[in-house]
Amino acid sequence: MAKTLFDKIWDAHTVKEINGGISVLYIDKHLIHEVTSPQAFKGIKNRGIPVFRPKQIIATADHNVPTVNQHLPIQDELGKKQVDALMENCKNHHIELYGLGHPYQGIVHVIGPELGITQPGITIVCGDSHTSTHGAFGCIAFGIGTSEVEMVFATQCVMQSKPKTMRINVNGVLGDGVVSKDIVLYILAQITASGATGYAVEFAGSTISNLTMEARMTVCNMSIEMGARCGLIAPDETTFDYIKGRQFAPANELWDASLAKWKILSSDDDSTFDSEIFINAEDISPMITYGTNPGMGIPINAFIPTIACIADSDKAGFSKALAYMGFEEGKKIAGQKIDYVFIGSCTNSRIEDLRMVAGYVKGKTKSADVEVWIVPGSKQVEKQAIEEGIDKIFIEAGFQLRQPGCSACLGMNEDKIPAGKYCISTSNRNFEGRQGAGARTLLASPLTAAAAAITGHVAFPFYLERGA
Amino acid sequence: MSEINKQQSIKDQNYPLGGWGSHGIVRGLFVPLNIENVDTDQIIPARFLKGTTKDGFGKNLFIDWRYINNDEQQPKPDFVLNQPQYKGQILVAGKNFGCGSSREHAAWALTDAGFKVVVSSFFADIFKNNALNNGLLPVVVSDEFLQRIFDQDYDAALTVDLENQTLTIDNTNEAVAFEINSYKKTCLLNGYDDIDFLLGMKEEIERFEMNRM
Repeated sequence: MAKTLFDKIWDAHTVKEINGGISVLYIDKHLIHEVTSPQAFKGIKNRGIPVFRPKQIIATADHNVPTVNQHLPIQDELGKKQVDALMENCKNHHIELYGLGHPYQGIVHVIGPELGITQPGITIVCGDSHTSTHGAFGCIAFGIGTSEVEMVFATQCVMQSKPKTMRINVNGVLGDGVVSKDIVLYILAQITASGATGYAVEFAGSTISNLTMEARMTVCNMSIEMGARCGLIAPDETTFDYIKGRQFAPANELWDASLAKWKILSSDDDSTFDSEIFINAEDISPMITYGTNPGMGIPINAFIPTIACIADSDKAGFSKALAYMGFEEGKKIAGQKIDYVFIGSCTNSRIEDLRMVAGYVKGKTKSADVEVWIVPGSKQVEKQAIEEGIDKIFIEAGFQLRQPGCSACLGMNEDKIPAGKYCISTSNRNFEGRQGAGARTLLASPLTAAAAAITGHVAFPFYLERGA
Repeated sequence: MSEINKQQSIKDQNYPLGGWGSHGIVRGLFVPLNIENVDTDQIIPARFLKGTTKDGFGKNLFIDWRYINNDEQQPKPDFVLNQPQYKGQILVAGKNFGCGSSREHAAWALTDAGFKVVVSSFFADIFKNNALNNGLLPVVVSDEFLQRIFDQDYDAALTVDLENQTLTIDNTNEAVAFEINSYKKTCLLNGYDDIDFLLGMKEEIERFEMNRM
């Protein structure tokens, strides 16, 4: 029977199906961090059982670490307690930890791919919803809760119902100034923040095939924002080239054997999806969000919708969002004054993102009214940025280049946006209070964020580039 | 002790969260949260995720909606959890409840605050699993039925019958059936958890690993 890529990987990892359609799913790689693991370690301790497969776990500290002075002890007492607990738990259970100060430390979804841990055809889980990022390599990767983290510690399995399948096809050539973040924000605006709930989403089509691995990761990263269990893209030469030679990638004969397995990983031609969506790349413009969920996005040159165009059932949420954001219906979003620019997070903190920003701002300086934080996704990204001289471009532009971590994406550490302030952010969520209590977030691509950093307001990156 | 009571007490002993209602029934007033897309950052903001245990998250439930100017001191009188007439173990919320972050702290905050059931027309995937893994029952009803519940006065009671999989508005006696996975239902009613189940499969899992080599 013809199968989708998702079905092939899922079925190959199903240890057993139990009544009611729940699968016992085997997990190849388990990524952990300091915030969602301590209770799970306590859980297995209380049960008096060991970690079943410690070699299949990789740990890092990212969610609440400071992004300045990482060589000093963590000031925040509770944050320090979590990071210390992670160190102790990893030591006790013989789990590899890339903690603060380690050359591989970084955001969990940045380090997995860059170390070659993320590979086609495997299953990956992490107690973090943006685990969907790894699906860019043609694997099944999804976020889990702490009870499930404990299950994986105990048995290397989770129990999940099999989601339905959806394919989102994007075909055509992207316009100037349009990058992968705009693709995913556009899809979200089309299908809403719950449009893919209950589905595993495969992204396909010529536009997706032409994306780099890092750009594909940005798309899969935000599949959770559509509610999807996971997002995935069939692996191809771009995927294999990216993985080859990385720290934990298979080498020599093992590489050839792996490649042979990976090359057959795609949805069969005659396989069917429960839902299928088609999008023209030409219809996508640089996007920005105006509301408080990632589905509330519009092209930068568009107007905020009027309440009359909103479905009755969504009117209350729409009004609540505009009130929170301090926006008015029907107004232009371009020209909106910005206070902060945050370039970072598991969505857009990789070297290509930093290069994109650097290419844009080179020789320019930031608007005096804006504070700009660049937070690289990992120590390796930071190192490469310095080697390429990108750090100097940022410093000359008046940006702050900080140290790796999740930072202002969720404001667990000190990197919070003050109440009422506007932040253009390359992260993934514009929820109320996400970047700090009362903070107002506008999600956008690194290019649009760079344009805002220079002009001090929401600006179309394309015009600025032409004019400069 | 009657047979039923004996069974009940066994359930409660095995169930760390205090058992799932009496005979699988939760009956009482409900808290109407008529907002759609309630994300887990609203249920519990990231700055309160710094615990290393599962306890005490209830006091920060919906904290930024509960207080004026996010000062965590002056309650917003118009927020439903600040209105004393709204109480009970059943939260009724707009569609797409629990979207966003995978933080299980959202489920811990709700159970710590005393909720046993969340009713909505649509739940986010990860939240649904997290809820079930903590004895919090997500009940999916139609948009129309959800609206019927929101239309009730504060003193209307609901009955959630897990055994028979029905939700009833007591005043009007309107009842709907809801779906729940049969395995998950057994777990909730008997206080089993997935880890117990998976540990029982250890040999099978090891065989699976061997066969993949």
